Amino acid sequence: MSELSVRNLIGIKDLKASDLNLIFETTNRFLEVLNRPIKKVPTLRDITIANLFFENSTRTKLSFELAQKRLSADVINFSSSVSSIKKGESLIDTINNIISMKVDMIVVRHPSEGVASMISKKVKSIIINAGDGSNEHPTQAILDTYTIQQKFGNISGKKIAIIGDILHSRVALSNIYALKKLGAEVCVCGPTTLIPKYIKSLGVTVETNLKKALLWCDVANVLRVQFERMKSSYFPSNREYSKYFGITKKILDDLGKDITIMHPGPINRGVELSSEVVESDYSVILDQVENGVAVRMAIMYLLASKL
Amino acid sequence: MNKKLLLSSKNLKIIINRLACQLKEVHGDFKDSVIVGLQPRGLVLSKSIKKILEEQHKIQNLKINFLDITFHRDDFRRDKVLNPNFNNMENDIEGKKIILIDDVLYTGRSVRSALSALDYYGRPSKIQLLVLIDRRFARHLPIQPDFSGRQVDAIQNEKVFVNLSADDKKNSVYIINQTNE
Repeated sequence: MSELSVRNLIGIKDLKASDLNLIFETTNRFLEVLNRPIKKVPTLRDITIANLFFENSTRTKLSFELAQKRLSADVINFSSSVSSIKKGESLIDTINNIISMKVDMIVVRHPSEGVASMISKKVKSIIINAGDGSNEHPTQAILDTYTIQQKFGNISGKKIAIIGDILHSRVALSNIYALKKLGAEVCVCGPTTLIPKYIKSLGVTVETNLKKALLWCDVANVLRVQFERMKSSYFPSNREYSKYFGITKKILDDLGKDITIMHPGPINRGVELSSEVVESDYSVILDQVENGVAVRMAIMYLLASKL
Repeated sequence: MNKKLLLSSKNLKIIINRLACQLKEVHGDFKDSVIVGLQPRGLVLSKSIKKILEEQHKIQNLKINFLDITFHRDDFRRDKVLNPNFNNMENDIEGKKIILIDDVLYTGRSVRSALSALDYYGRPSKIQLLVLIDRRFARHLPIQPDFSGRQVDAIQNEKVFVNLSADDKKNSVYIINQTNE
């Protein structure tokens, strides 16, 4: 019987390739559950999970909540915009109050890096990181790699380009860790100002020409430009970004080869991807969303075994 | 640890054939019946019975499902990690007569989980249980088989090991005594 090597899911950095494969294997089972007439199993009926979102989210929050309900867990939701954080309560006091309500598992998203890790050291509940600043977004990386595996059969040896705002992206970092652990080749592509200096130390190549990156890769994971995290100007205008790094259907058609386009959402249509590409056969964006629920069910199921 | 042969491949063949005959007597043409093999160990037995019914008794369109009970078990978060298996319930069970098939009936907990899991797929008109080995006097729950291949009175330290594969000649059932002498 296999189990995860970690008690909390803080980042892909802490996982082994065998953990990722176990999550994929378990996800296959949950995808089947999601296609049943009753898309629900009673496994986590005695578990309470708190979703603490200190930052905006649509997909991740809905996906986690749906996954928890499909597993029959009791769910409480917290979002900082309507909470006592507004009255000046500190993060750790908020967490301690929620723990006192006998919560078994916490899903946390926070704009500061390291929050999930800090909470995991203070409390006994199981912690799942749903995104901490520009650090990691492990569940997104697992569902991205799962989607690639689902499409190609395996990940080892595949060429993946991560295109866009690498500097501010937790999705990029988690994806790089996951893809490298599973034996893929990874290239990052974007304006030089949005590619961090240390990135080569993670074993990836850097390309600033979009066309070259697209010609090289089997899969392009296109990221959103994170305007909300930008404290200064990294490129002259949206129009210029779109001219050099925006992907249109014509660019993809002209490549003369098969390519798969992924995007973790939310999409800035017309900036990094044209609407035509989003809705084309190149895109597996909605598969990613569907797989997201099953991946999160698998992760919570496997972690709940540690309680 | 000692190992005692309980059933040879020849004995097993006779028993499995007899079980298939008993099913035929009760279910006739199997028009309203669905075989449900319990994962993982009821899988091979249910396939063997299906093969006999189709080849020797000329039953056509026999429906078979494979049910994984992991998410319905009562020992989640207890002693060991439970990894789910492949599940295939493509044949509708609503209003059908279900034949649950497993290799060994011991405490009855797997069968209870299976009954709970079936609930999620519909309301069968009837559920029957077929097992190859019925370990009597070891039940934790009030569950009894409708068809059983062989009754065994094994003590708690003994494990019944059923070795079934696609190749009939290698099949066997052993009782393994786990006490250190």
